[in-house]
Amino acid sequence: MRTSAAVTVQRRAGLSPARRMRNTLMGALILLATLVVVAPLILIFVYLLREGLGAMNLAFFTRTPAPEGESGGGLLNAITGSLMMLAMASVIGVLVGVAGGIFLAEYPRHRLMPTIRMLSDVLAGIPAIVMGLVAYGLIVLAFGFSGLAGALALGFLMIPIVVRTTEEVLKLVPLTVREAGLALGLPQWLVILRVVLPAAAGGIVTGVMLALARVAGEAAPLLFTAFGNNSVNLDPSKPMSALPLEIYRGATSAYDENQRLAKAGALLLITLIFLTSLLARRASRRR
Amino acid sequence: MSEPARRPPARAALSSGSDRVFQVLILALASVIVLVFVLSVYQLTRESWPALQAFGWRFFSERTWNPVEGVFGAASMVVGTLVTSVVALAISVPLAVASALFVAEYAPKWLANPVGYLIELLAAVPSVVYGLWALFVIAPILGRWQTAYFVDPANLPTITRCNELWAQGQTSLQCFFVPSGAGGRGLALAIIILTVMILPYTASVARDVIRLVPADQREAMYALGATKWEVISRAILPYARAGILGGVILALGRALGETLAVAMVIGDSQDILKSLWGGASTMASVIANQFGDAQAALHRSSVVALGLTLFFLSVVVNFAARLIIARLTPKGIQ
Repeated sequence: MRTSAAVTVQRRAGLSPARRMRNTLMGALILLATLVVVAPLILIFVYLLREGLGAMNLAFFTRTPAPEGESGGGLLNAITGSLMMLAMASVIGVLVGVAGGIFLAEYPRHRLMPTIRMLSDVLAGIPAIVMGLVAYGLIVLAFGFSGLAGALALGFLMIPIVVRTTEEVLKLVPLTVREAGLALGLPQWLVILRVVLPAAAGGIVTGVMLALARVAGEAAPLLFTAFGNNSVNLDPSKPMSALPLEIYRGATSAYDENQRLAKAGALLLITLIFLTSLLARRASRRR
Repeated sequence: MSEPARRPPARAALSSGSDRVFQVLILALASVIVLVFVLSVYQLTRESWPALQAFGWRFFSERTWNPVEGVFGAASMVVGTLVTSVVALAISVPLAVASALFVAEYAPKWLANPVGYLIELLAAVPSVVYGLWALFVIAPILGRWQTAYFVDPANLPTITRCNELWAQGQTSLQCFFVPSGAGGRGLALAIIILTVMILPYTASVARDVIRLVPADQREAMYALGATKWEVISRAILPYARAGILGGVILALGRALGETLAVAMVIGDSQDILKSLWGGASTMASVIANQFGDAQAALHRSSVVALGLTLFFLSVVVNFAARLIIARLTPKGIQ
C-alpha cells in the first residue's frame, strides 16, 4: 500500500511542468469553446424573451397583422396557417415515412430495399429551398400559390426523418416477438400491424414529432409555395401564411410594428419547437 | 387426423395472399420516396433547361448576373457558397469537437446531459430565427465597429485607396479586411451565423463517435501515466477521426443549402471576395431573394439552375459523408 501510494506521488510530481501546463491549458480551452458553442442559444432565447414577451398579448393570438405602419395587429393568420400546413404535411410525412421505415426494416431482402434506403438518405440532404422549387414546379405552376403546395414541400422534407427513426425503432423490436407471432399462425402483415408497430409506437411518434419540429421552422420552401396571406385562410387551395414566413417578412421589414410581431412570433415558434423536441427526446429516452 | 393436416396449408396460402397485398401496399407507399426524387430531378432539369441551353458550362464560369441585360452567370454565387461554407466549417469544427470532448470526457454527468441537450436545441432553432437575431443583434454591433473605423481620420488614406481599388473591381489583402460600409451585413456576418448554425451537427456526430472509443484504449494510456489531454490527443481523437470527418461533411451539406439566415444577412451582391465586410451572395440566398421577383423566363430558369446545382452538390456531399462513415466506422457498431 505504502509503496504504491509513494509511486503515485512520485509519478505526479514527475509530470513535467510543460505537460501539466498543456493539459490544463487544453482543458481550459475546451471549456471555453463549449461556452462559445452554447452561448448563442442562450443569447437568442434571452433576446427573444426580452423583445417578444411584451408583444404576446391577446391581440397577438386573435388578430391578423395591421396594415403597414399601423399598430395593434397579431399573427392569427400565421398560427392557423402553420397548424393547417403542418397537419397536411404530416399526412404525407407519416404515411410515406412510416411505410418506408416498415419496408426498410421488415423487408430487408427486397431487391428495391437498397435503392429506397439510398434515396431516402439523399432526400435528407436536399436543401429545403430546393424542395420549395420542386413543389413550385409541381403545383404552383399549374394551380397557383396555395397552402397545399407549401404542405407538400414540408411533407417531402418530413419523409426522410420519419423513415430513419421508424426503421431504427422497428429494428429494436426483438426478432423473437415476430417469431412468436408467426408461430401462432398470424400472417406477417398482421404481425407487423398488431405486434411490431404497437411495440414501436412510442419511438415512431417521437420521430414524427422531431420531423414536425424540424419543418415547423422552415420558411424557405414556403416563400414561393404557400406565399403568405395577411388574413386568416382555411382553404388549402389559396395562399396561406405561416409563422416562419411572418418572421422572415417582419424581420426584413422597415416597420417597427412588423418587427415587433416578428420577434413575438419567433419567441412563440422557438418555444413550441423546443417543447416538442424536448418532449420527443424525453419520450425516446424513457423507453 | 386428416382434417387438421389439411388446414395449415390452406391457411398458409391465405396468409401469403394477404401478405402479398400488404407488401405491395407498403412498397407502393415507400416508392413515393423514389417518386419524389425522380420528380425533383425532372422538375429542376426541365425548368433550368433554357438557361443551361443558353449558357452551357459558361453558366458556372461567367461572373455577370444581370437580369436587365439577360446575362446570367453563377460564378460569384458558386464561389460565395463555397467560401461561406468552407470558412464556417473551418471555424466550427474545432469548437464542435471541443464541445463534444467536454460533454463526453470532461463534464460530470449532471452537467453533461443538460449541455448535450442545449447543443441539440441549437440544431432545432429555425433558420429565420437565426437570421432575425443576426440582423437585429450582431449586425448593429459590426455596423458600429465599421462606423468607428470610417470616422477615424487616421484611416482616411487607406479608405480612399481601397475605394479606388474596389471601383476598378480589384482588391488587395489589406483592403479585403477593410470595412466597406455595408452596415454590418455581408460576407463576415453570413460566415458567423453559418458557423453557429452548423456547430450542432458536427458536435453531435463527434460526441457519438467519441463515446464509441473503447474504454480500454483510454485506460491503457492513463495506466501509462498520460495526462487527460494526452489521452484525448493520442488515443481518442485518432480513433474518432474518421467518424468526425463524416460529421463534418454532413455539416458541409447543411451549410451549402442553408438559406434564409444567410439570405437575410449576406447583403445580396456579386462583389464576392472584394471585402470580408461587404455584400456577397450564395446560390441559396439568390434563389430566396430573386425567384419570387423573376419575371423574365431566362432569369427564372437561371435561378432554378442554381437550385439544380445545389441539388447535385448536396447529393454528392451526402454520398461522400455516408461513404466515409460507412467505410470507417468500426464494424458491428453502426
